[in-house]
Amino acid sequence: MGHNRVNQSRRNFIKAAAAAGGLLATGIVNPFNAVIFASEQPTDPTKPWWGYGIDIEKCIGCGRCANACKTENNVPREPFYFRTWVEQYTIKNDGTVQVESPNGGIDGFEQIVPDDEIFKSFFVPKMCNHCHKSPCVQACPVGATYDTPDGVVLVDESYCIGCRYCVQACPYGCRYIHPEKNVVDKCTLCYHRISKGKTTACVEVCPTHARILGDLNDKDGELVKFMKNHTCLVLKPHLNTGSKLYYNALSGEVR
Amino acid sequence: MEQHYQYLYDMLSQVQGYIFPNELDLQWGLLIVLYPYITGLVAGAFILASLERVFNVKVLKPTYQLALLTALAFLLVATMPLVTHLGHPWRAYEILSTPHSTSAMAIFGFVYLWYLMVVLLLEIWFDYRRDMVIWSKQEKGFKAKLYKILSLGVTDISPKTVRWDEKIGYFITVVGIPSAFLLHGYVGFIFGSVKANPWWSTVMMPVIFLFSAMVSGIALVLFIYMAVSYLRKQKIDMKALDTVAKYLFYILIIDFTLESLDQIHRIYEAEESFEILSLLVHGPLFLTFFIFQILLGTLVPLAALGTLQFYKPKEFTRRVIYLVSSLLVLFGIFFMRWNVVIGGQLFSKSFYGFTDYKIRIAGSEGLLWSMVWIILPFMILAFLLWLLPPWKKVQE
Repeated sequence: MGHNRVNQSRRNFIKAAAAAGGLLATGIVNPFNAVIFASEQPTDPTKPWWGYGIDIEKCIGCGRCANACKTENNVPREPFYFRTWVEQYTIKNDGTVQVESPNGGIDGFEQIVPDDEIFKSFFVPKMCNHCHKSPCVQACPVGATYDTPDGVVLVDESYCIGCRYCVQACPYGCRYIHPEKNVVDKCTLCYHRISKGKTTACVEVCPTHARILGDLNDKDGELVKFMKNHTCLVLKPHLNTGSKLYYNALSGEVR
Repeated sequence: MEQHYQYLYDMLSQVQGYIFPNELDLQWGLLIVLYPYITGLVAGAFILASLERVFNVKVLKPTYQLALLTALAFLLVATMPLVTHLGHPWRAYEILSTPHSTSAMAIFGFVYLWYLMVVLLLEIWFDYRRDMVIWSKQEKGFKAKLYKILSLGVTDISPKTVRWDEKIGYFITVVGIPSAFLLHGYVGFIFGSVKANPWWSTVMMPVIFLFSAMVSGIALVLFIYMAVSYLRKQKIDMKALDTVAKYLFYILIIDFTLESLDQIHRIYEAEESFEILSLLVHGPLFLTFFIFQILLGTLVPLAALGTLQFYKPKEFTRRVIYLVSSLLVLFGIFFMRWNVVIGGQLFSKSFYGFTDYKIRIAGSEGLLWSMVWIILPFMILAFLLWLLPPWKKVQE
């Protein structure tokens, strides 16, 4: 499957290149793929390689995902521990940006900026990007944080020493120290569910289908289709983390 | 835990702008400020000691053993703040048993052990071996036994063997200098390699850490030499003191230049993170950055020590200036570590706001434990000076 996809995009690319007058050499074919997937190829293309899509245009900021995640994964209810949360961006007419996420969006949002001052406003759900070149995995001194072969970043809580280096290394603020276990905790992409063929809690409860869990190796799958049909971006691409969390309609103000 | 929640709820009201919800709980507190501070003191003190030996700066002789023992006393404590801040201190051995090769932090245990076992302990042992053999005969009871054990049964003190001690000691010092550079440059790399954090992520970080380490270590030896001489009611060797202060002045210039270069580069490039970092140093870090680190910790000692390079007042005045300068430098470098460690966590990685940090008194991350880790090395040093007094060494 994976090879097909590679060949397909390679052919498409060569066609496009030829049409453009052969301006580009075939030597950049591979980098082209790398741009699409923002990371290296999966090790085994016949098995799933999990990625995630978020359609900002569809998110209504109900916060059900953040709530369901806390319930499903026993995340402490205090408002400083989140595996996923929703941010409300309000860009005012004067160009200033206001960001809010009261209780991670679980209790919903209130727009406090008067309508006539708003240039635009939108919601951005956040969670672990399950990066393929994740800085947190790189930083963990004992290997307690690791990549699964199917592309999920997990923590072995019986091995984590609680040094917090990974928390510092994550550019997206997706990790916290569990107040009872004293080890790091983060989104597992509901690994206990997806490995049994179910979807994640956050995807399941999203009423507008703004969240998509998918197999990047499955070219007919929902996620790849989503990426094909939308202009998707990842957060902080300049950090080259190989993020596999793809946003449609991601605005430049979002970090 | 309830207490921790209460603390976090209090902090919630201190947040300015927007931070990611998980960022409220600032992860590395006072203990991690102490970690680079203490390792820096070790590296600096050792490099000063090496100057005497490798570069044959004879005038520094009175501070040689003192600097080595200071380095050892602080090195013995250097890992304690790290271990006590862990969520699971009893799992700390995992860093040594299953180090993760890509982690900048994983190698610390090995760098540390190399430095402790191969460099410092060996160098001190070869330096003191003959004296320990002699002392084991002069002393009585427990102390005599202790010297015997410490000399590891190598009792040959013929001139030929002692010459070998000298040679091996010299060789270890030569190996020790790059090791000291490695130790602290590496600590800088732990911070400098975090690409997620623009306040830390600079290629200059290891170099800056290294030079600030030398500055703080030299200032510490300067202070300890004066303090020990005062306590022993001995006359201070002013030539040695002047020379140490001169080195402090030179290294401080280099350190300040490097840090300024880093900041100028940051300001001129003015990348995405520039606005939030500018707000950071002018807001939450103003006192500790501009006043403590730059003004009191750098400019004042630079001016004072610089003046003495042209104008030599009386001994007493010079001693007062050295004392105040060394304490100011130690104070300033502490806040340099503070500004790196705490400052790097005060701003959100969303670049839209700040969290806050309040030192707690009790608890493993609290002020009391930190005081223990800063006072303990001085007690160890007192013990080492009792056990291995440099002033009782047999003179050539």
